[in-house]
Amino acid sequence: MDNAIIISTLSAAVIAGTPILYAALGEIICEKSGNLNLGVEGMMLIGAVCGFKAAVLSNNPWVGFLVAMLAGGLFSLIHAFLTITLKSSQVVSGLALTIFGTGLSSFIGKSMIGIPAPVKFSKVAIPILSKIPFIGTILFHQDVLVYISYMMIVAVWIYLYKTNMGLKLKAVGENPAAADAVGIYVSKIQYIHVFIGGVFAGAGGAYLSLAYSPAWLENMTAGRGWIAVSLVIFALWNPVRALVGSYIFGGLDILGYRAQTLGITVSPIFMKMIPYLFTMGVLIFISAKKGNRNIAAPGALGVSYSREER
Amino acid sequence: MQKYLKVEKRNMNNQYGMFAIRIGGIFVALVLGAIFLIFSGHAPIDVYVTMIDGAFGSAYGVNETIVKTIPLLIAALGVSIAFRMKLWNIGAEGQIYAGGIMASGVALSFGDLPSLLLIPMMMIAAFLGGALWACVPGIARSFWGTNETITTLMMNYVGILWVDYLVFGPWKDPKGYNFPITAEFSPSAFLPTFGGTRVHIGIVIAILCSFVIYILLNKTVWGYEIRVAGENSDVAKYAGMNVTKNIILTLMVSGGIAGIAGMTEVSGVIHRLQSNFSPGYGYSAIIIAWLARLNPIAAIFVSFLFGGLIVGGYAVQTSGLPASVALMLQGLILFCVLGAEFFTGYRVSIDKRFFSKGEAKING
Repeated sequence: MDNAIIISTLSAAVIAGTPILYAALGEIICEKSGNLNLGVEGMMLIGAVCGFKAAVLSNNPWVGFLVAMLAGGLFSLIHAFLTITLKSSQVVSGLALTIFGTGLSSFIGKSMIGIPAPVKFSKVAIPILSKIPFIGTILFHQDVLVYISYMMIVAVWIYLYKTNMGLKLKAVGENPAAADAVGIYVSKIQYIHVFIGGVFAGAGGAYLSLAYSPAWLENMTAGRGWIAVSLVIFALWNPVRALVGSYIFGGLDILGYRAQTLGITVSPIFMKMIPYLFTMGVLIFISAKKGNRNIAAPGALGVSYSREER
Repeated sequence: MQKYLKVEKRNMNNQYGMFAIRIGGIFVALVLGAIFLIFSGHAPIDVYVTMIDGAFGSAYGVNETIVKTIPLLIAALGVSIAFRMKLWNIGAEGQIYAGGIMASGVALSFGDLPSLLLIPMMMIAAFLGGALWACVPGIARSFWGTNETITTLMMNYVGILWVDYLVFGPWKDPKGYNFPITAEFSPSAFLPTFGGTRVHIGIVIAILCSFVIYILLNKTVWGYEIRVAGENSDVAKYAGMNVTKNIILTLMVSGGIAGIAGMTEVSGVIHRLQSNFSPGYGYSAIIIAWLARLNPIAAIFVSFLFGGLIVGGYAVQTSGLPASVALMLQGLILFCVLGAEFFTGYRVSIDKRFFSKGEAKING
C-alpha cells in the first residue's frame, strides 16, 4: 500500500470525524451543566437541513453555517424548557427531540432532495503548515470548517478549565444545590449550555450537508449524533480526548467506502456496521473499568434540579 | 409576573386527571402543528381533515390503519416491558429487523411445511432474533452497568444493515430485477387475511398479546419484581430478587416481542424480506408505550391512533405535503404530553394577590 493512499484515507478520516467532533464538543458542554441531551441526532438533522436551505437561498455557505448553528441552538431550547423548567425526564425529552427533529427535517427538506449544493466549503491549504510531510496534507489541507473545529477544541478547553463561567458551569453540573447556595443562577446556566450544545450540534449537521457530502438527504446523519453522545463518555468529558475519538470514528466510518482501495474484500455493508459495533464495544469497555468514568462524569448528570427537593 | 404564579408540589394519582392531561397534551400538539403548517403555507384544518379522512373515513382507510396498528402495537408492548423496569430499550427498530430476518430465514428454508407448523416456527424464530438483538445490551447493562440507551440504539443500525446485506447479497431474489428484496415466501408462510382486505391475523395476535402481557406485568411475581427493580434496584436486591438476571431476561423478552412485529410484517404484509421494511415502527412504539403509560390495554387504542396518523400522513401526500408530517406530529405529541406531565407533579395556580394589585404592593 503506498503512502498516497494512506494519506488520502487519513485525510478523509479527519473529514468524516469533524461532524462528530462538533457535536461531541457541544454535548460535553451541555453535559457539564448536568443536562443529558440525547437529542443530538435530531439537532444535527435540523442543522443540516436549515444550513443547506439557507445556503441554497443565500448562495453563501457561511450564511448556511450560521443559520444551522442558530437553528440547532433554538431547537435545543425545546429540550431545555422541558427538562429545566418543567423537570421532565431528560432521557425521554432527548428521544423526543430526535424523533421530532427527524420528522421536521424531512418535512423542511422535502423540496431539496436531489439538488446539489450551489455553494460549499472547499479545501484550502494553510501555507507552511500544509507543507509538513505526511500530517501537513492530512490536517492542514482541509476546508475552513475543519480549521474552525481545531480552534473550537482549544476554545472549549479554555472555557471549561480556565474561565470563571466554566467553573460555575462545572459547579452546577456537579452539585446544583451547592451552586444555588452560593448564588449561581442554576437554571440560567443550564439553559445557556443546552443552547450552546445545540449550536455545536447544528454546526456538525451543517458540516455534513455543506462540506462532507454537499446535498440534503433524509436522515443523512445516520446515527452520528448518537455516536457523538457515546464519544463524550469515551472522551471522559474532555475536549482533547474527543478529538482523538472523533477521528477514530471518522476512520471507521470511511472504511466502508474505502475498503476496496485498501484491499479489504469483506462486504462493504459489513464495513458500515463497524462504527456502530465499535461504539458499543467502547461503551462496554469503559463501563467495565468503571473507576475513571465515575470520576469524570458530572455528579448531577441526568437529574433535574428542583429547589424544593434540596 | 412570576411572583404571582404559585407552583406547588402535588402527587396526582387520579386516573381521570392523568387521562385529561394527556388529551390536553395531544390537543396542544395539534395546535402547535397547525401553527407550523400555517407558517409553511398550508391550511391546517384541511390537512387534519384529509389525514382523518384518509385514516378513518373509508373502509379501505380503516383497514390500512389496522395494518399499521399491528407492528406498532406489538413493538410498543415489547418496549413497555423494558420501560416497566426503567430499562430504556430504544432498540425496538433493530429488534423488528432481527425478527424479520429470522422469520424470513425460516420461511425461505422450510417453505414446503404446512402453515400450521411453519407460522409458529417463524414466530418463535422472530422472538429469538429480537431477544438475541436485545441480549447483548442486556448482558452489558447487567454485568457492567453499560447504558442500554445507546447500545440498544446502535443495534438498530446493525439490524438494518444486516437486512441490507442479506437482500443485496445471499438472499437476493434472482428474478427480482436487482431490487433489494428476497424471493416471495411460499403461500404457507403468509399470515391469513380477513376477506379481501390486507388486514391479517396479526391483529388478533397483537390484541391477545396485550392481554397476556397485561396479566404478566400486573398479576405475576415476575411483573411485580421488574416493577420494584425499576423503582429501586437496591430495594429489590434487599428483598432477595435477582436483579442481574431480571435485567437480561426483561430486555430479552422485550426484544423478542418487538421481534414478532418484524415477523408479522414480513409474513402478513410484504410476504418477503426487503431493505428498510420498517419505516420507524420501533421509534413510534416508544412514543406509544409512553403515551399509554406502559399499560398494554391502553396501548391498543394508542397504537390504533398512531396507525391512523401514519396512514393519514400518506393521505396528505396527494396535496403536496411530505408524509413526514406524521412523524413530526408524533414528536410534537410526545413533547406536549411530556410537558403536560409537569402538571401531575405540580399544581400551578395564580396567586390571589395578582387580582388585587394594591394589596400586593402593601404586602411587598
